[in-house]
Parts: sequence; structure tokens; C-alpha cells
Amino acid sequence: MNVLVCVKQIPDPNVPGKLDETSHRLVREGVDLVLDPGDEHAVEAGLQLVEKLGGEVTVVSMGPPRALDAVRKALSMGGTRGILITDAALQNSDTLSTARAIAAAIKGQSFELIICGTESTDGYSGAVPGQIAELMGLPLLSFAKRLEVTDGKVTIDRQTDDGYDVVESPLPAVVTVTGGINEARYPSLRGIMQAKNKEVKQLSIQDLGLAGRAGRDALTQEVIQVTQAEARKAGTVVEDKGEGGKRVADYLAELKVI
Amino acid sequence: MIWVYAETVEGVPRPISLELLTKARSLGEVAAVALGPGSSKAAEQLGAHGASKVMVHEDPAFRDLLAVPAVELLASLIEKHKPELILFGMTYEGRDIASRLSARLGTALIANATDLERKGDGYAVISPVFGGSLLVTTVPRTSATPLVLVRPKAFAAQPGGDGKAEVEVLTEAVSSKPAPRVVRREKEKAAGPRLEDASVIVSGGRGLGSPENFGMLEDLAAELGAAVGASRAVVDAGWKPYSMQIGQTGKTVKPTVYIAVGISGAMQHTVGMKGAKTIVAINKDPEAPIFKLADLGIVGDVHKVLPQLIEALRARKRK
Repeated sequence: MNVLVCVKQIPDPNVPGKLDETSHRLVREGVDLVLDPGDEHAVEAGLQLVEKLGGEVTVVSMGPPRALDAVRKALSMGGTRGILITDAALQNSDTLSTARAIAAAIKGQSFELIICGTESTDGYSGAVPGQIAELMGLPLLSFAKRLEVTDGKVTIDRQTDDGYDVVESPLPAVVTVTGGINEARYPSLRGIMQAKNKEVKQLSIQDLGLAGRAGRDALTQEVIQVTQAEARKAGTVVEDKGEGGKRVADYLAELKVI
Repeated sequence: MIWVYAETVEGVPRPISLELLTKARSLGEVAAVALGPGSSKAAEQLGAHGASKVMVHEDPAFRDLLAVPAVELLASLIEKHKPELILFGMTYEGRDIASRLSARLGTALIANATDLERKGDGYAVISPVFGGSLLVTTVPRTSATPLVLVRPKAFAAQPGGDGKAEVEVLTEAVSSKPAPRVVRREKEKAAGPRLEDASVIVSGGRGLGSPENFGMLEDLAAELGAAVGASRAVVDAGWKPYSMQIGQTGKTVKPTVYIAVGISGAMQHTVGMKGAKTIVAINKDPEAPIFKLADLGIVGDVHKVLPQLIEALRARKRK
């Protein structure tokens, strides 16, 4: 049972993000970059499967050269090897280019399952997993809060608006996992040391045979304007000095809620 | 022609479908595509919300198999009719179909839209980033039909247009490509009104300290006739089911009053609730970002403020 896990390096989500005013791109300078916390659950889900069923976890990512740190973090959790797609021509790729690059990079790999987070914490369009699935002709089982593989079949509990659906599919398949699926492990010191020597293959746009078909030469869309959203008008913030609850009750009465 | 992918459940359009039609008809002529059992029955309501034509296909595969049959059918319909733009709801179903379809067509997929406008010969799409503090305007740059995923509640559904839709019953064979199958549907019970419909919502975060303390929130909701929501942190920790989650990965709500208790106000959460008319926040951290959104913020211990609030509400009722 070999598993591929797709991960993304993002600016620390606990620090408010900024867009460059002229390029409309995310400002990455002076911001800590981390493995997307949502992806840690994808890595954990992959590790749990191979621990139970045997096999290996390969970590796949695309980004600037320093995205290697995010791949190493996933390897320190227990991944076997990594693939990092990195090329200046792929900077500012849209989701479809990203999916094309990942699909090209994993073609020929042996795997039964591709696991991704449901969406990145910074861009949150959640488009790449479905695009990878379509490009590779695989089923997509999305929004899994439980994942099980038995007898060549994958079964998930798929989150819905009012509960969940039990969904099954033959392998190979693509699965996206939500944060609730597991508690992601912390890398052990030994894991961190071992990760330094694990193989991470770096691939360029030429290696993938995608020159002109991905990245800045193949943008499907363009940001033409960034504006400040109309801010909510500042309200009143008061410290509770023993009257906080009553204050809220009075306010609700003012609003005629009660 | 603008198309709307209309999600229906047993012949009833989901609210998002009517929201999309309401917006689409302000931009031009609109057709809807509704798939699965009961889709013909839904056509009347889709017409009443602005679709001049509704394409329907009643095959149960569209209900029981995820995305693949819908993608195959839509791809062939798009090739035949070449619509200018297709709108999908940013929902579980809409996201799966639109992402696959964008790869299939090699076209632009613009996600998280909260508004759309005409721009030259095409359309510009407006999406919030960083929890809604900035608005980004994006235009498609492909010759193929662009796809847009629109957040629920971005538009208010209103009947209009001339109300009569031509119904085209599709008879295309359903794709036999491998697709995930729904084998069982489970509903998780929630007390009180539905989050989507509630005019008052009481919502809890990790600041409540423990799953047991959620009981206080439920008491408060009962006093107010409110629905109970939760932040992602609470849901990921397993305190409450996903069906209660409000935010980017959960539900988008627009109540008259939203009471956030022990919620810090991460972007992930605020994008799903900042459309509330009035926001009340209770949190012990004076630096919590939620206070920047709140009309009334109480910096204090939820374990003291909540019981006092509940008692004050009960006292008023006794009067």
C-alpha cells in the first residue's frame, strides 16, 4: 500500500497575511513559512495507513526552493521520500497549473492512494485535489473525516451539511481529509535527524515536460484589482468587571432579540 | 448565456441554487442544469428565480455517485452550447464538480466568489481574502467557459424574472467511468433551529475550555431560541460534529445576531460569520481579533459572563 501525500508550504497562518500592492502576490518576505497545518493531517493519515498495511509514504510538494523545509517536516513525521517541484517558471501558478505539475510529477510512481488536505489554509480554493483526480482519471473522495482501506477498496465518512455520507470507491483514488480525521503526530528528534538524509527529488518544469503548459505561461486567470473591504464599524469593547453578562442581556434587549 | 449548476435534493432546489439564479439573472439570460431524481420537479422553482431554460436529467447516478457523472455530462453540454460562464455553489458538491470540470476543460476556476460583475465582453469575479479584510478582483483568461464557485449567502434569493422556464429533459447516457458511491447517509441531530435559517446564533470556540462547558452555550441558545454553532478548533477536537461548524470549511451564516463565545476570530472562522448584522463577542483575550468585528465585546471569563447572561435572560422572562 503506497501512499502519496501532497503538501504545501504557506506563510504562518497565525500571522495576518499581506498582499504586495503592485504584484498582487502574497508577501513572503519576513514571514515564517510552515507546512500547512491542514496537510499535517494528510501526512498523518498516510502514515497510519502504511503502518497498518505496509508500504511507503511519498511526500509531494511544489514551491520555491525553501519549500524543501516543508517536505522535510513531513519526512520527519515519518514519510519515506519526497518530491519537490521547483522552478521559477512555476511561480504564481494557478490551481490548474499546480495540479498539472503534480500529476506529471507522480506519473509512473507506484501508489494506491493520493491524500491531500481539503484546501490550503492560505488560498483555500480547495481545487487542486479534484483537478489532480480528473487529470489522472481517478475517483475523488473528498472531505473525509474517517478513512479506511480494506480489500482494495477505500471507504470514507464524508462530511455533509447535516452529518456525513459513507462513501466507497475502488483503488487507486484521491482522498481529501479534514482536520478532524486524526491528531497529527509531532516529529521525534530521531525523525528529524533521519529526515535530513531522506531522498528528496527536485523536478523542474522541463523535467515534467510542461514548458509552456504550466505556470506563468499558462495562467487561466488574472487578478486585476485588490481593494480594502469595507470594515465593520468599530463597536464597544468593555472589560468584564462583574457586569459583563448583564451588559450583554441589556444589549440583546436593545436589539429586541428578547 | 450564463449557466447555474443547480443542486437539488428530492426535487427541492438547495438555497444556494436560488441565490445563484437571483444574481445570474441580473447579469444576463440564464439557464440552469439540475441533475438527479426530482430535478424536473425542481425546474418550476428554478424558473421562478430567473432561469429561462432548465436542463434536467433524472438518473439516480447523479445522486449516488460523486462528481464524475455530472462532470462527464456537463463537459458534453458545454461543448454543445458554449455558455459564457457557469456558476457553482462553494459547497461539497459544487467544489468537487467544478474542480474536476476545470481540469477537464483546461479552463479558469475562480473560487470563493462573493460578487460578480460584467467587465468588457466577460465577467470579473470578486473574492475576499484574509478573512474578508481585502477584496480581490479576478478575470478569466481562457477561451473555454470559465467556472466560478460562489460562497453560500453571498446573494439573497428572490423570485423574479418572467417565471416560466423551458424544460429540456436530457437523455444522454450516464458515464460508466469509475466513481465513488454513496452507500449510506447519516444525519447528526442538532437541537434548535438550523444554523442556515436561524436569526440568532450562539457559537462556541476552544475558549470554552472543555466539551462539558458547551452545555452552558446550549442553555443560552435555548433562552434565545438560537441555533448553536462552533469554530473549527472545537469541531477538529471532536467536541461537536462538523454539521455545527461555521467558517471557511463549514457553514456561512448571516443571522441578525451572532454571539461568539470563546472564539478568537481566526480568518477561517470570520469568513463564515462576518455577514451577521450584529456581532457580540465574549473572550478573555483583549487582543483577540474577534473584537475588531464585534459591535459589543466583553473581555472576560466566559465561565463568569455566560452564567450571568443566562440568569439575566431568565430574570427578564420572569418579569
